[in-house]
Amino acid sequence: MNKENAMTHGLILGAFCLGFGLLLAITDQLTVEDIGARALEDRQNSLSQVIPSEIHDNNPVKDMITLKDESGKEIPVYLASKNKEITGVAYEIVGSGYAGAIKLMLGVDRAGNVLGVRVLSHHETPGLGDRIEEKKSPWILKFTGLSLGNPPVEKWKVQKDGGAFDQFSGATITPRGVVGTIRTGLEFFAKHKPELLGEK
Amino acid sequence: MTTTATAVLPIQAMPYRRIMRDGLWDNNGVFSMLLGMCPTMAMTTSATNGFGMGVATAVVMAASNLLVALFRGYITQEVRIPVYILVVASMVTLVDLSMNAWMHELYKVLGLFIPLIVSNCLPLARLEAFAAKERVLPSLVDGLFMGIGFTLALTGIGAVREVFGSGTLFADASLLLGPSFQFMEMRILPADMGVLMMVLPPGGFLVTGLLVVVKRMFDLRAGKAIQMGGAHSV
Repeated sequence: MNKENAMTHGLILGAFCLGFGLLLAITDQLTVEDIGARALEDRQNSLSQVIPSEIHDNNPVKDMITLKDESGKEIPVYLASKNKEITGVAYEIVGSGYAGAIKLMLGVDRAGNVLGVRVLSHHETPGLGDRIEEKKSPWILKFTGLSLGNPPVEKWKVQKDGGAFDQFSGATITPRGVVGTIRTGLEFFAKHKPELLGEK
Repeated sequence: MTTTATAVLPIQAMPYRRIMRDGLWDNNGVFSMLLGMCPTMAMTTSATNGFGMGVATAVVMAASNLLVALFRGYITQEVRIPVYILVVASMVTLVDLSMNAWMHELYKVLGLFIPLIVSNCLPLARLEAFAAKERVLPSLVDGLFMGIGFTLALTGIGAVREVFGSGTLFADASLLLGPSFQFMEMRILPADMGVLMMVLPPGGFLVTGLLVVVKRMFDLRAGKAIQMGGAHSV
């Protein structure tokens, strides 16, 4: 291939890159607002599942603060309030299961009781570990109303490890990960209670 | 004059019926060419998943076949592979962005599959084997029907794995297609009879292999020569 030829090919490839780049830039411009709005709706949806609507009159997605956890990571916390008084908080917690990270949304009331937990995303085995999803099994609903003292902290494990929570037949690692993560999430609440409830 | 015209015709215009049959059965992307095995193994844990992946792939294949056929005069031999990859990746991103924005409910179910289309070599194979040399309309038809053939294959593999693995058929179809499709969701076997292996990766290899054999038995019985491995249909 001589020099001139290489130049032509380069120009052709460049022209295609430019053309498709432009096309994608335009599409991005057209969709960016709608995608943002959809993401907000999704977050509102998952929040409304872990914070009952009776306990707040604000929009928790808008009343968001960020806290730093032990490792210095910033955690967004959504505040639910009624008559300007904070009635509950919700935040994302991340644990590890059988096949990677399990993302959960945890809602906690002022006293540290679980208002609700939902799985946001996971990669567990279909038919086994995915029973942590609310639409597949009611297992995750059992956590509602529990706290670090109920059952006692040392019982926040699956039954196989001597704890109070049942695992699934054939899948222990997934529920173990979820129970441990919720416990860590509640400990986070206990540690940061004054900041979370605006009493600092 | 007339003799040359009739002699030229069969080469230039491949009948559409033949293109459609090729995509759906004779030269099926999964069962005959054994292409696109990565999404085939990963996304066929249920019939609904397979169907979703197939539809998303069909859209991308039709669009990229169309574009490459349109620009085929400008794509030189030396740069064709990067251009094909560029076209497929752009189409995937385009579909991903617009579905996320305007068909969000569907995106929540299908969104998982769309980026995986880039890892599928079937679209690339059709660009190289078909769209690069054929006119726009036949290329569009080829992309569409290769995509539909891929959808049928994935739905079939998914259905077998789902029935034997979880005992259901088309579970969650209403999440993908809308509440009116709830009638499709069936339970074939009791829940505790499922063989977990079928949903795990080994089941994917087993079922795909068995279905390839079944397809070839049909072809043998029909007296057809078995096409194997080749991406070229002509």
